Amino acid sequence: MLNSSKRSLWQTIEWRCLLCYLLLVVVGWLSIYSAGHSSESVQSLLDLGSRAGKQLLWIGISLVAGLFILFVIKPHVWEVLSTPFYLLVLCLLIGTIVFGTTINGSKSWFRLGPISFQPCEISKISTSLLLAHCLRAQNFKLSKMRDLLTVLLVLGLPMLCILAESETGSMLVYLGYVFVLYREGLSGWWLALLLLVIVLFVTAIRFPLWLAFTVLALVVLCYYLLNRRHVTQSLRAKRELRLMSALVALIGSVLILCTDFAFEKVLKPHQRLRIEVLLGMKEDPMGAGYNVNQSLIAIGSGGFSGKGFLQGTQTAYGFVPEQSTDFIFCTIGEEFGFLGCSALILLFVFFIGRIITVAEHCREPFTRIYGYCIAACFFMHLFINIGMTIGLMPVIGIPLPFISYGGSSMLSFTVMLFIFLALVKQEKQYF
Amino acid sequence: MDRARYTKILIGLGVFAFILIARLFYIQIINDRYKTDALNNSIVYETIYPPRGLIYDRDSSILVGNRSCYDILVCPREIRNLDTLTLCEVLGIERAFLEEKLDYYRKYRSKIGFKTLPFLKNVDEQTYMRFCEVQYRFPGWHSQVRTTRNYPFNAGGNLLGYVSEVNADDLARNPEYRSGDYIGRTGLEAVRDKQLRGEKGYHIYLRDSRNRVLTSYNEGRDDKLARPGKDIVSTIDADLQQYGQELMRNKKGSVIAIEPKTGEILSLVTSPGIDVDILADMGGNYDALSKDPNKPMFNRAVQASYPPGSVFKLVNGLIGLEEGVLSPQQCYPCQRGYYYTPTKKLGCHKHPSPIDFREAVMMSCNSYFCYVFKNLLENPRYASCADAFDAWELYVRSFGFGSPVGCEIPNELGGNIPNSSYYDRIYGKGHWKYSSVISLAIGQGELGVTPLQIANLSATIANRGWYISPHLIKDSPAQFHRTLVDSSRFEPLIDGMYRAVHSSAEEGGTARLAAVKGLDICGKTGTAENPHGEDHSVFICFAPREDPQIAVAVYVENAGFGASWACPIASLMVEKYLRGEISKERHWLETYVRDADLMDVKKKEKNAQ
Repeated sequence: MLNSSKRSLWQTIEWRCLLCYLLLVVVGWLSIYSAGHSSESVQSLLDLGSRAGKQLLWIGISLVAGLFILFVIKPHVWEVLSTPFYLLVLCLLIGTIVFGTTINGSKSWFRLGPISFQPCEISKISTSLLLAHCLRAQNFKLSKMRDLLTVLLVLGLPMLCILAESETGSMLVYLGYVFVLYREGLSGWWLALLLLVIVLFVTAIRFPLWLAFTVLALVVLCYYLLNRRHVTQSLRAKRELRLMSALVALIGSVLILCTDFAFEKVLKPHQRLRIEVLLGMKEDPMGAGYNVNQSLIAIGSGGFSGKGFLQGTQTAYGFVPEQSTDFIFCTIGEEFGFLGCSALILLFVFFIGRIITVAEHCREPFTRIYGYCIAACFFMHLFINIGMTIGLMPVIGIPLPFISYGGSSMLSFTVMLFIFLALVKQEKQYF
Repeated sequence: MDRARYTKILIGLGVFAFILIARLFYIQIINDRYKTDALNNSIVYETIYPPRGLIYDRDSSILVGNRSCYDILVCPREIRNLDTLTLCEVLGIERAFLEEKLDYYRKYRSKIGFKTLPFLKNVDEQTYMRFCEVQYRFPGWHSQVRTTRNYPFNAGGNLLGYVSEVNADDLARNPEYRSGDYIGRTGLEAVRDKQLRGEKGYHIYLRDSRNRVLTSYNEGRDDKLARPGKDIVSTIDADLQQYGQELMRNKKGSVIAIEPKTGEILSLVTSPGIDVDILADMGGNYDALSKDPNKPMFNRAVQASYPPGSVFKLVNGLIGLEEGVLSPQQCYPCQRGYYYTPTKKLGCHKHPSPIDFREAVMMSCNSYFCYVFKNLLENPRYASCADAFDAWELYVRSFGFGSPVGCEIPNELGGNIPNSSYYDRIYGKGHWKYSSVISLAIGQGELGVTPLQIANLSATIANRGWYISPHLIKDSPAQFHRTLVDSSRFEPLIDGMYRAVHSSAEEGGTARLAAVKGLDICGKTGTAENPHGEDHSVFICFAPREDPQIAVAVYVENAGFGASWACPIASLMVEKYLRGEISKERHWLETYVRDADLMDVKKKEKNAQ
């Protein structure tokens, strides 16, 4: 009886996500191999001294961990442990601020013997779990101030820690959670507000102040006019609308006036420079713009169909810095061209879309919310990383999931995904 | 509502993906910039430098050649297991020197990076060969062969000029140059730089980001060969130039010899000048040269302006004959001077009186030419003294005075010939007459001419009234100039110049030292007074009298009478050129001139002339 009600492995496991995952990992490993490849030294595929060899080891470890999560650990553990796990990771984050090792300018690494890892990678998992746990609670409504503050606290604490570790890139990933909150009922106006903040920030830096104020005025006017139609009946609603518009205008103005201060004082000089280079305010092809310039050259030189596997000159001859970690996309762009790049992006989009769809169809809110959380994480990594290599985003050092070289990111992304797969598997077994 | 948001989120995902793909489409397919950049990134052009063109003298001897020189280079990053003892032995250097260098490399290693630096410059061939034999044992150490300029004769340092690496100014001015190129700085090297430097070629290699060359690109099919620079044949006679420099040793001044028929400059000596071994390493000697109080870089032959002195009497005489205010038979008296006002006298030396034009030229009589000049300015053909003066100025300018005669050396000076408005400004319009400017009669006063212009005067007289602008390069376009004085006027003047050299002492010839048997030298001495010190000794001459082959002008600064120094130097130059050697009976003169040291002559108490 029990046996017959259980479905087969084929039916319970989300094969499409798993397949995408495996494909991405293979593409990533080949790219790392190619990036480290040069005509001078023909390296052994399994040489553990090379990056490709190390990465292969990590892929193995990750797969073992993933299968362990999928088949051994009971899925309900994740929700039960979400709070302690979150607190533990928070302690680790705070610990890194104090005891951490500085690598590449960010003090976000823990070193345990030969292995160094970044707690902020795990913090995405713990935050996602706790967020899912909070949001699924009965009577939890984002429109309530108290609940909203709880959510902001859950997200804000790790963000602050990560900011203190100078790991700005990872912090930006947290902005992705706004999509999760949107799915769970956050007013769309918050999304609009976030967009407005970004637009105003960019305008205020790039263009004269009056232009920023003009944009703000236009936005407020549109907001007012769009909403006026719906609130013609009630006087109170009208007043509220006027108040809101005024509030937005005020906040916007303060924001614009503070932009300069934030830009000059809060951001680090190298970050400032990267933004200035992105916005075309400074030409610095040998300094801050070097990475982006070389990356654009590598990707652009790939053309329509690329130079072929292992045939890239830009990445193989070492013009692109960080070519196997943050700038791994250059190798793909150069060797496989527009076709390869588009295929990879579409694969990623299909993967993320599939996670969202599966999550959406889950009956268990915890699984759904967690699914949205990891989809948001993957999406932010994808967009920021590729956007950076093609000059759409400032240079922010975050990895491309499953593709970039790096053990701790590989492991944490895999664990992140397999927790979701395990949750889905459990769900499909019984429903 | 939730369902709708799910759809919205999916649509949003699609939009962001579309943005990424659209951007990729732009940089990978539409925009070509990154493809060319990628080529630049991975391809390295190694320049092949063409050999610089040679400079020959008129007899096809090489004046400026090329020579290989050897540098030892080092890339400090690549040094492994350095055997310092052997290296020092091979290169012949002190251990301390090597260690000092290595310390320096260590100190600035981050700045140096993978760069290769020169370690020793200009080592000799043996050292280079020794080094090549053991080079394989010294990773990081390389050698390089460079060509530098080489000068077989110590002749014409100043006029040849030097080459040096281009600086920032040159790069800004001329986009054809690249950093590290050589450019002609002065003299002929500068004037004909474009021709001499040829065209660079290149090898194309593939390289990686650390500039390590990997392979030859396209198997060398796209390489471009260098085109060697074109040679230049100069008009200089290397032997004569060298001889002139020898004669002018320890004297300040210049010697210029011109072939009158062609305007070709046979020698252009400025003294003190730049020796060619200094020229070869100008970088190391530049400071010392520019600080030398005798200004060896200053080319006196074309850049110094002197009063012409008595040689200018020839010009005034010719103008007088042409204007008809003077005939060769005209006699004037001279009682040791000429009273241009009842009380003021322009002195002259003791000589027979009265004399005609030929004798006046021969004895260089001041008074005679004052009469001539007075008649010129009081010529009834002209309404006023000023008009007559302007006519005179035109004549003078037709001899090539007052503006550069056009030799190739950059910064040639034009000199100065006054006109009437100049004196109008000084004295007021109509308030001056011949007596105000009487010193012009004997080549003093407001006249400034370069030795080259005086040499050109000599060639003009030798040609009887025309000249071809003097030039230093054979294929320079030669410009023909005719003076305003008719050819027929020259014979009596030349007769006077001939007699100046060939008369006996009793007859009063001023340039008897210049006489060389059989050469028929015609000459004119000059003694240019100058406010700075002792008079300059000036002499011009040409020979032979019929069909002249060489015209010479000599300026020796602060050397006194023209007869005493300039005259023997000029005659030795003529003899050397026409005969190839100096005759036995004049060896004493050669020694006397060569050994004289006139560098630092104090102004003597002036004797009455």
